[in-house]
Amino acid sequence: MVYFAAFLSCRLRSPVTDLPLLQAEDLTCERDDRVLFAGLSFAAGAGEVWQVAGPNGAGKTTLMRIISGLHGHYEGRLHWPAATSAGQDPRQQMLSLGHRPGLRVELTVLENLRWWLALHQQQLVRDQAEQVLALVGLTGYETVPVAQLSAGQTRRVALSLLWLLDKAVWLLDEPFTALDADGVALIESRLRELADAGALVLYSSHHRLNGEARQICLGRGAGEVR
Amino acid sequence: MSFSATLSRELLLAWRRPAEIINPLFFFVMVVALFPLGVSPRPELLATLAPGVVWVAALLAVLLSVDGLFRADHECGALEQLLTAPQSLYIPVLAKLVAHWILTGLPLVLMAPLLGYMLHLSEPAIAVLFVAVLLGTPTLIALGAIGAALTVSLRSGGILLSLLVLPLYVPVLVFGAGVVTYAANGLPVSGVLALLAAMMLASFVLAPAAVAAGLRISSGN
Repeated sequence: MVYFAAFLSCRLRSPVTDLPLLQAEDLTCERDDRVLFAGLSFAAGAGEVWQVAGPNGAGKTTLMRIISGLHGHYEGRLHWPAATSAGQDPRQQMLSLGHRPGLRVELTVLENLRWWLALHQQQLVRDQAEQVLALVGLTGYETVPVAQLSAGQTRRVALSLLWLLDKAVWLLDEPFTALDADGVALIESRLRELADAGALVLYSSHHRLNGEARQICLGRGAGEVR
Repeated sequence: MSFSATLSRELLLAWRRPAEIINPLFFFVMVVALFPLGVSPRPELLATLAPGVVWVAALLAVLLSVDGLFRADHECGALEQLLTAPQSLYIPVLAKLVAHWILTGLPLVLMAPLLGYMLHLSEPAIAVLFVAVLLGTPTLIALGAIGAALTVSLRSGGILLSLLVLPLYVPVLVFGAGVVTYAANGLPVSGVLALLAAMMLASFVLAPAAVAAGLRISSGN
């Protein structure tokens, strides 16, 4: 299993340039006449872990949606310098997981994952999927409809993409919701592993990762980068 | 790859939740079956009214079904996955429309001749009804999907969807019902059928792009 994780990690692209993967300049977002954050600037590079923190309603999800391209009502600029200079579409290298897991409850775990991987032009290899599901503690649930899983297990299914896909940028909105302590530790170590292999990990949560992580603190109409 | 994956996913979802296919078909059959009871069972009157009745019922059945086309995916978050996936939305949306036609349009097409027979349509008119519904339902689904994409994030989008889409449905209804009447009166039908086919091809090719744009607008872009 360790070998398998290492195999996946080394498939991740190493950064070829020193350009930041993601650069935000003067981001300002208003919602219902309320300024969520103003003048937010940061540059996030390969191999870094960023936490988006802030009280409820501070605009964490909105910021994640802006970065993933789902929300267009903002001022300021958002670039993907590394992808632009390489002439690539930034979406090719990005996976965004929303705070809703995105799984259809009528479909089984594997059926959901098959479609998800197909959207990323990847074929589901059953052995590999079973190994990853075993890793996230879902052995024996492969052909169970998602409707029969608990909230934490559903979250684990969605997070199994952290092992199944090969991306340079990971945007995770509240990835630790509904997870138990073991699950949190597992995802934490995986996020660290992805960053060490050269990916950029950006997650929104109240939970602070062990070790070094940059932080974007939202709240009171401002955004502060630490 | 994403076309076949989305198509098989949609068919599988429908298999797990058969009520969504049966509802529009049931609605279609009930409206047409109850109609003679409410009007008059005289064969010549029914044969005159049949093209319009069958077409209006088919149109409303499709409208009823397209409302939920993106709703479940929106609610569970799968739509966001589709929108942030590293490829154009056109292909998966096209797959969704094709699947939706197979699941709701095709049963209506197969049932239409039977209902035409029940309403005493002449044999040539029944054949033309079949072809007209076959060519018309994809157009109805493609146009309805544009409205469904625009209203997916609204809590009660059903009425707005009807207001948006019904004006676009009128040409299909006029030509679709008209061509069956022509056939019943022994007039040539190939021109109008060609027009219905042209509308189908144009709407199926262009609608996925409009649906994709609509989904992006609904998501807040």
